[in-house]
Amino acid sequence: MLTFNCPCCGLDKDETELGYGGQAHLKRFGPGSDDADFEDYMFNRINPKGVHFERWRCASGCGKWFHAARCTMTMEVFGTYAAQTFEPPQSIKDAITAKRPGWSWGNFK
Amino acid sequence: MKRYSAFAIAREAFRQHKGWDRAWGNPEPKKEYDVIIIGAGGHGLATAYYLGKNFGITNVAVIEKGWLGGGNTGRNTTIIRSNYLQDPSAAIYEKARGLYENLSQDLNYNIMFSPRGVLMLAQTEHEVRGYKRTAQANSLQGVTTEFIGPQKVKQICPIMNIDGPRYPVLGGLWQARGGTARHDAVAWGYARACSDMGMHILQKTEVTGVTQEGGDVTGVETSRGHIGCKKLGIVVAGNSGVVADMAGFRLPIESVPLQALVSEPIKPCMDIVVMANTVHGYMSQSDKGEMVIGGGTDAFNGYHQRGSFHHLEETVRALVETFPMIARLKMLRHWGGIVDVTGDRSPILSKTPLGNCFINSGWGTGGFKAIPGSGWGFAELMAKGHSPLTAEFGLDRFREGRFIDESVAAGVAH
Repeated sequence: MLTFNCPCCGLDKDETELGYGGQAHLKRFGPGSDDADFEDYMFNRINPKGVHFERWRCASGCGKWFHAARCTMTMEVFGTYAAQTFEPPQSIKDAITAKRPGWSWGNFK
Repeated sequence: MKRYSAFAIAREAFRQHKGWDRAWGNPEPKKEYDVIIIGAGGHGLATAYYLGKNFGITNVAVIEKGWLGGGNTGRNTTIIRSNYLQDPSAAIYEKARGLYENLSQDLNYNIMFSPRGVLMLAQTEHEVRGYKRTAQANSLQGVTTEFIGPQKVKQICPIMNIDGPRYPVLGGLWQARGGTARHDAVAWGYARACSDMGMHILQKTEVTGVTQEGGDVTGVETSRGHIGCKKLGIVVAGNSGVVADMAGFRLPIESVPLQALVSEPIKPCMDIVVMANTVHGYMSQSDKGEMVIGGGTDAFNGYHQRGSFHHLEETVRALVETFPMIARLKMLRHWGGIVDVTGDRSPILSKTPLGNCFINSGWGTGGFKAIPGSGWGFAELMAKGHSPLTAEFGLDRFREGRFIDESVAAGVAH
């Protein structure tokens, strides 16, 4: 079973105790933006086979959102980090590089 | 191609069965084809077949990284139905169901289509209202379905417990002409017919890149070298995002595992297909006697062909209440397949940002039933640039807000 450590409450939570929030680090486009940007933000996803950054909510724990880095092929979790970031911290990137040299995801590598 | 027939069996019986041809060829790739289809699953092979049959385009290669029909075509629970709410969905699924009826004769290959009837259980008041609405919509669309009460459900399926405390059966949406087919045979039959038309089915040939020039596709890089093409069709359920990434565009799709399992074989006890969407479970009995059970999808992106165990537990727990006699069955096999899920739970059959590149994807949890209709429409789209069957399923519907919302209509399982 998929298990994450919630960076807010510090507890290990398995997937049945969490809510999935989809792809992380989306740049939001609201009213007034052009159709292509809004479509991209609203619908289009990277959907990678491999390293993925995503949002999770500690639904049956502290209730807070957090970010996670996970491999969609092996279900390996590289680490979790705070929701209040626009980009994964270097420590997470290093942890991924140690296991998946040469990885990239969107604009991150 | 030597036709399969009772006479052929008798003839071969007299000569130790030495006269059978290989069902499909194993050719070396040519330098270039008119059309390349990536993905030799049901949808890809059906597309190739109707390109040849309806449009005379036979200089076609179907490229497959594994073996043909080895992806979701070989992993689904073989259910065929067309009782959808929205008009564009009903049109393409009903086209498919109609083609399935004569597909064995058409392909000269027994796909074992069994129109045994599909029953979608209504176990909440919400579902009762929803299915009554669907039945009305279906009658306008020319799809024969009816809403039946619990007593009729019990009559059609005596092994069902209709007054379970948690999930009582309040009725059901009954499509008598829905059913099942042998999923592998659908892929094999199409492959044999395609091969007979001179098309190349290139198995164990992995596409690693899409080459392009001035916004048009010129070919694909594969594990057996570069292969050129004038038109490219991407039909790679589950891996659509991966191949789209090679081609340089993104899709409104996320890939998730969907699970299924089969029991040990038992004597015939249920001659219909039952779907219970409230509890994310559906069940039919195979010709071998195994109970074939389909479950729900994982909630998060994944390409591991297993799925989360707790989904199975939920499915089986609920089905055991509705079908008490299966409680002691041992389960023989369990597997997962990766399905493409779109926001509106409807497929994408569309042109792409690349000039001569087309994509057929997003069938979510219910692609098998659509194979002939999908191939029919997608072949027309690739050959002529438009098709009435696929017109509403374009990628532009997301930008324009013209969703074909089957997620509300169907709830979960397709």
